[in-house]
Amino acid sequence: MLIALFNILIFPGFIFLTLFGWIAEYIDRKLCARLQNRMGPPWFQPFADFVKLVSKEEIIPEEANPTMFKLMPVLALTATVTAFFYIPLWGKSALFAFNGDLIVVLYLLTIPTLTYFLGGWYSTSLYSKIGAVRSLTQLFAYEVPLLLSILAPALLANTWSLSEMAAFYGTHHWYWLFNLLGFAISIIALLGKLEKVPFDIPEAETEIVAGTFTEYSGRLLGLFRLSIDIEAIVGSALLAAVFMPFGLGLPPVVGFALFILKVLFIICLLSILRTVFARLRIDQMMTFCWKYVSPFAFLQLLINLVLKGIIVK
Amino acid sequence: MHKVIIPVGPQHPALKEPENFMITLSGEKILKFSARLGYNHRGIEKACEERTYIQDVYLTERICGICSHSHSTCFVQAVEEIAALEVPKRALYIRTLVAELERVHSHLLWLGVAGHEVGFDTLLMYTWRDREVVMDILAMLTGNRVNYGINTIGGVRRDITPEQSKEVAKATNTLEERTKYYIQIATKETTLIKRLSGVGVLSHDDAIRLGAVGPTARASSVDRDVRRDDPYAAYGELKFKVITDNHNDVYGRTLVRMGELMESYSMIRQLLKNMPEGPIAVKAPRKIPAGEAVSRYEAPRGEDVHYVKSNGSEKPERVKVRAPTLANIQTVAKMLEDRQLADLPIVIAAIDPCFSCTDRLTVIKEAGVRKNKVMSWEDLHDYSIGWYRERGIDFAGLNKKLTRMLK
Amino acid sequence: MIRPGKMLKAVLQSLFKKPNTLNYPAEKSPMPDKFRGKLLFHPGKCIGCKLCMRDCPANAINIVKVGDRNFEAQIDLGKCIYCGQCVDSCLKKALEMTKEFELASLERGKLKVVYHADNKESPAK
Repeated sequence: MLIALFNILIFPGFIFLTLFGWIAEYIDRKLCARLQNRMGPPWFQPFADFVKLVSKEEIIPEEANPTMFKLMPVLALTATVTAFFYIPLWGKSALFAFNGDLIVVLYLLTIPTLTYFLGGWYSTSLYSKIGAVRSLTQLFAYEVPLLLSILAPALLANTWSLSEMAAFYGTHHWYWLFNLLGFAISIIALLGKLEKVPFDIPEAETEIVAGTFTEYSGRLLGLFRLSIDIEAIVGSALLAAVFMPFGLGLPPVVGFALFILKVLFIICLLSILRTVFARLRIDQMMTFCWKYVSPFAFLQLLINLVLKGIIVK
Repeated sequence: MHKVIIPVGPQHPALKEPENFMITLSGEKILKFSARLGYNHRGIEKACEERTYIQDVYLTERICGICSHSHSTCFVQAVEEIAALEVPKRALYIRTLVAELERVHSHLLWLGVAGHEVGFDTLLMYTWRDREVVMDILAMLTGNRVNYGINTIGGVRRDITPEQSKEVAKATNTLEERTKYYIQIATKETTLIKRLSGVGVLSHDDAIRLGAVGPTARASSVDRDVRRDDPYAAYGELKFKVITDNHNDVYGRTLVRMGELMESYSMIRQLLKNMPEGPIAVKAPRKIPAGEAVSRYEAPRGEDVHYVKSNGSEKPERVKVRAPTLANIQTVAKMLEDRQLADLPIVIAAIDPCFSCTDRLTVIKEAGVRKNKVMSWEDLHDYSIGWYRERGIDFAGLNKKLTRMLK
Repeated sequence: MIRPGKMLKAVLQSLFKKPNTLNYPAEKSPMPDKFRGKLLFHPGKCIGCKLCMRDCPANAINIVKVGDRNFEAQIDLGKCIYCGQCVDSCLKKALEMTKEFELASLERGKLKVVYHADNKESPAK
C-alpha cells in the first residue's frame, strides 16, 4: 500500500513528473531562446510561473459552468500522470503492465485534448469556443498518424503491451532501426498533440488570444500549464519507449539516466522544430496530415508487415 | 456552427494599437468584416492649430511612432512652400537619408510583425535583431531612436560628419547582406509561403478603385510612387526603381517591401556619395505669410498627405493629415472576403497599419438620422453613464461602495 | 528550392553565438554622443530671454527669475518630449542634453526637476 502510494505520488508519479516537466519546459524555453539568439529565462522560471499562477485569484466567467470549468484542469493532469505508469522507463517492464496497455496510454493521452475542448466550451467565451473547436478538429488530423505509427512497431513485436514490446526489442537489438519513418511521423503528430508551432492552431495568439485558456486564470491555469508540461514528458517517454528501445538491460542508475536523455532528446527535437516553422492554418494542417503524414504511416505499417513475414518468424 | 460575431480589438494580441474590428464568422469562415476607427483620436490637428510652426514640427513627428520622419517632413515641406524658403541642398540630402533609413527600419519591423502574425516568432526575433543596426545608426545621426527631430523649418538640425557617413555605409552593407537572407527565407520557406501566398488578394482594379497606396497598391501592380512621380527632397537626383509585383497577395506585398529595402540601400549609398557641401538650414521666419499648401510624401506605408493653411501669424490656421493607413484600411474588407479567421491578422498586418496615424475626426452616423450632431462634453458624459446603466452597471452605486471601502 | 525548415541552419548556428540581447538593468548599451536625454541647465549662462519657454512644444520648461541676473529652471520631465528644441533656441548655450535616459519614477514629484541658481539640482517641492 505504502509503496503504491509512493509510486503514485512521488516516483515515478506526480512529484517526479512535475519536477521533470518543469525541467523539460525550462530546457524547451531556453533552447528556443538560444536558437532565436535570445537569452532565455533563468532555470527556475517554470517553477516561478507556477507559484505565481497558484497564488493568483481565480476568475470564473459568470456564464461558465463552474463545475466543468474547475474539473477540466484536474482531469487533464490526472490523465497524463496515469498514462505515465504504463510506460517502461528503464528495464523491460513498466510499473503496471497488461496486454493492451498501449491503447490505454494513447487513450489517456487523448483525454487532455478533450479537456481542452470541454474547458474551452464551458467557459463560453467566443475565443475559447473557437479554440475548443479547433483543438478537436486538430485531434482528428494527428491522432490517426500517431496511432498508425505506434502500431507499426507493436506489430513487429506482435504485442499490444508496451512492456512486452520493450522485452522484444531488448532481445532483437537492431530492429528499432526499421521504425525510423514511424518515429519521424510520430514526432510530427506529437507536435500536434502538444499544440506547438506549426500546429499551435488551437491557441494561436494573434487570432484567438489564447484559445481554450483565454478565460482560465490563477490555480486552474497553473494546473493546465502543468498538465501540458507533463503531457510533453509522457508523450516523449512513450516515443522513447516505442522507437528508441536500446540500452534496456543496463543497471537502474545508468538506465534511468539514459531514459532521461532519450526524453530530453525528443524534447529538444520538438523545440528545434517549433522554431523553424510558421503556424499552419487549420485546413492546411488537415490536408498535410491526411495527404502526406497518414500515407507514410501506412507505408511504415506495410514495411513492418512485410518484414514480419520475411524476418521475424 | 451558427454565426458568431467576434471582436478583434480594441485590445487584442494581433493588434499593436487599439482599434476595433467586428468579424462575423461561420465556423472558421469570415462572412463580414467591419472596422471601427477612432480609438486613438488625439485631436492632434487641433493641437497643431494651438501651437507655433516650430512646435508643430515636433507634434507632427508624434503622429506616428514608426514613420515619424515622414509626417514631420511632410509638414515641414508644406510650411516651406508657403514661406517660399529655399532649403539648402545638403539639408535635403540629409532629410532623404534619414527618410530612407526610416524606410529600412519600418520594413524590417513589418517583416518581423508579419512573421509573428503567422506564428513564425523566429523570423520576428531575427529581423528585429537586425533592425537594431539601423536603429543605432538613426540614434547616432539624430540623437534618438524613434522621434528623430532632425527636421526644422528651412532645413535640418544636425549635420552629418564624415565618420558618421562611414558608419552608415558600413551598416548598410551589413543590412543588405541580412536582407538578402530574409528574401531567401520569404521565398523559400514552405510554411511561410503557405501562409502568405493566395491570402488577402486585392486585384489591380480593386486596388485602384479603393484607392490603395504604397506597397499595398504596388503589390497589385499599381505603378505609383510619390518619390518618382512627384519628386521631393533629393529624390529627383537619385536613381531608383519603383518595385511592383503582380502576385496581388500578402506574398507580393512581402516581395515589394523586400525589394524596396534593396532599393533603399542603393539610395543610401548614392546619398552618401553625392552629399553636397554647404549649410544645413536657412533661417525661417517665425510668422509664416498667409497661404496654403499641400505636401505629398512617400512614407514606408504609402502616400502621406499634409495640408497646411496659414493666416500670416505664428500659428497655422489649419493642418490636415491624411495618413497612408486611412487610404488602405478600406481594402482590408475586400481582402478578407471568403477568407478564414486565421488569415485575419496577417491580412490586417499586410497593409502595415498605423492606427494612431489614421485616427482623426470620427463621425458616427446613426442609421436613419440625416443630420450630424456634435456631442458636447456633458452629452458624452451622460451618454456613457446611460450606456453602462443599460447594461446593469451603476457607477453611482459603485462610487459609494468604493468610498466606503476606502474609509 | 522551396523547402520547409529553410531557417534551420541559421537557427542551429546561433546556438553557438552569444545572445544578441542584453540583460538590461544589469548591462546597458551605451548611448550615442549627442543623445537627447535629460536636460541640463547652466544657471550662470542664462540671461532670462525665455526663448526656450516659447519654443517648447510641451510647455515642459519654466525659467523663473530669482534675483538680479539669477535664473532657475523648472523642468517637468513628465512633460518633456526630449526634442531638444530649447537647446537649439537658447542663444547662450545655457541648456544642454545629457545621455541620461532612465528617468521613470514612481513618484510624480521626482519628475519635476529644479535647477537652482546656485548650480544645484533638486526635485521640486
